[in-house]
Amino acid sequence: MVRIRRFEEEAMRRAMAGEFSGMHSSSGQEAAIVGACLALRDDDYITGTHRSHGHPIGKGADLKPLMAELYGKATGICKGRGGSMHLADRKVGIIGESAIVGGGIPLATGAGLSIQVRRTDQVSLCFFGDGAANQGTFGESLNLAAIWKLPVIFFCENNLYAISTPVAKSHGQPDIALRAAGFGLPGVIVDGQDLAEVHAATALAVSRARQGGGPTLIEAKTYRFEEHCLNLQVPIPYRTPQELEHYKSQRDPLVLYRKEMLGSGIAEAQIDAIEGEVAAEVADAVTFARQSPLPDPHEVYDYLFSNPIHYPPEPGP
Amino acid sequence: MSSPPIGATVRELTYLNAIVEAQREEMLRDERVILIGENIDIYGGSPLFDTFDEKRLRNVPISENGFTGMGIGAALTGLRPIVDLTIASFVYLAADQIINQAAKLRYMTGGQLSVPIVFRACTYYNICNAAQHSDRPYPFFMNVPGLKIVAPATPADMKGLLKAAVRDDDPVLVFEDMNLWTKKEQVSTDPDFLVPIGKADVKRSGKDVTIVSIAGCLPKALAAADALQGEGISAEVIDLRTLVPLDTDTLLESLGKTGRVVIVDNSHRTGSVASEVSAVMSEEGFEILRAPIRRVTTPAVQIPYSAALEKPLYPSTERIVAAAKSIL
Repeated sequence: MVRIRRFEEEAMRRAMAGEFSGMHSSSGQEAAIVGACLALRDDDYITGTHRSHGHPIGKGADLKPLMAELYGKATGICKGRGGSMHLADRKVGIIGESAIVGGGIPLATGAGLSIQVRRTDQVSLCFFGDGAANQGTFGESLNLAAIWKLPVIFFCENNLYAISTPVAKSHGQPDIALRAAGFGLPGVIVDGQDLAEVHAATALAVSRARQGGGPTLIEAKTYRFEEHCLNLQVPIPYRTPQELEHYKSQRDPLVLYRKEMLGSGIAEAQIDAIEGEVAAEVADAVTFARQSPLPDPHEVYDYLFSNPIHYPPEPGP
Repeated sequence: MSSPPIGATVRELTYLNAIVEAQREEMLRDERVILIGENIDIYGGSPLFDTFDEKRLRNVPISENGFTGMGIGAALTGLRPIVDLTIASFVYLAADQIINQAAKLRYMTGGQLSVPIVFRACTYYNICNAAQHSDRPYPFFMNVPGLKIVAPATPADMKGLLKAAVRDDDPVLVFEDMNLWTKKEQVSTDPDFLVPIGKADVKRSGKDVTIVSIAGCLPKALAAADALQGEGISAEVIDLRTLVPLDTDTLLESLGKTGRVVIVDNSHRTGSVASEVSAVMSEEGFEILRAPIRRVTTPAVQIPYSAALEKPLYPSTERIVAAAKSIL
């Protein structure tokens, strides 16, 4: 959680200083992300969203290629072709971070199908938001996964707002997890600010999926501390200052988990040491990104096809 | 050319059976190949149920975007799915997943992912199905970098290109034409018989005019060449077969021989495949063109129900002949 928070805080500072273009911060949603990721194995699959930084970091990705991607560098995880909304790191199991809302849900379902056909005991976990729950892909995918009991965990990071539209104005009832019953799969609501609760619910769903018990919909009630994205102006406030202040002061997952660790006897010095290591890791990532070369414009066609046939060595007029 | 090599075993196949046989052979060859589609247990894929079970033959609910995306997710994680979208007008429902995911994921991830998937879509037209079942939507998808697109017009090309598509590591759209379903020819039984993606086929050699045929227009293009022959005009007929990547070399070579081009395309005229072929040939072959390029296409009007209205819209032998003669 600390790696996500510090990475994004530093990235925000660098973006605001004009070193690269905008970003969508996961700040406030770390417990939901990390609690889910900790329930997975290295060979499991994940799909994510435009708010893409937390998912690879939560799954243990190296920060350097992620930061370099934000800078649009050749050493970026996606070679400068993805950027902030698409920090997909295949090495940690990510098969797409979709900036088309709801776009990753069928992909995760397909990974579940693949697991079933190949007869492995992997699982597939799909991160999506409350906004995506209103896309057709959500209902279509839950239905498909339920028909064949695919090993998929549909994990909703419900941060209460689809950009500026609140759940209360975009859903017929506030609990997205209730929709699971209509498709014939279990739906679970968890406190998305509580790392242990998120982890326990996800671990249970993962365990059931590995044993052939089929998919689960988990709804983590969470909150986004920053605006939808860095460069989006907020001409009309859609959240009250009191609400924001409440979540930041009372419901910050990092603060809550720090208290829990201290309560369970972990020394403050040990926690501080981890914080220090993370700060150094983030600083190293920025240095790496800044020093990395930009991609070569002559290589812009690279990665379009597996075997480029007719494309010219450089873009034409 | 797609004719089987001398000595190879051949068997007569219809265009429709070529589709079934290509899928059967690839599923036998590679256990990663699966078929996803609506009603495949009753229509289309039903003969395959004799050989394969429901693990690899996935009959799906009517959720085009969902099951297409599911196929893409399976392709990202070790399978090589064939997604049967049936009627080509339904491809629009899956267009988001095809365009925003399949076509982009390799590129957007800097080559970390690959999407070895085949999307099959059959054009149903000239059979009084009205506007929502009759589209020939190839040109839409030509505008999407990252997709390969084939449109076979013979049983041998159908089999060879579909098999090549299954073996390709990129997403390939295969457009079929139901008007060709009953066409028959001798097709190689070699399980490794492939037609390369990206190669046009010179069906008939000629020196006066090049007729470029796209997708199911081939029988009419060949009939037009016969009619022109009767009038002493020698027409070369090229079956484009692959729309992306375009076989510019074969097109320009033919232009070098004839200096005149008629492009026959049953998609709507505006921004058609013919438009792109015309643009490439005029840009890269302007000096050897001896007359303006002519496009014989379907006009930019929706497909009406009544045969009296529908039939005259598509390229006909007569229109192709007239277009050729207009530039001679």
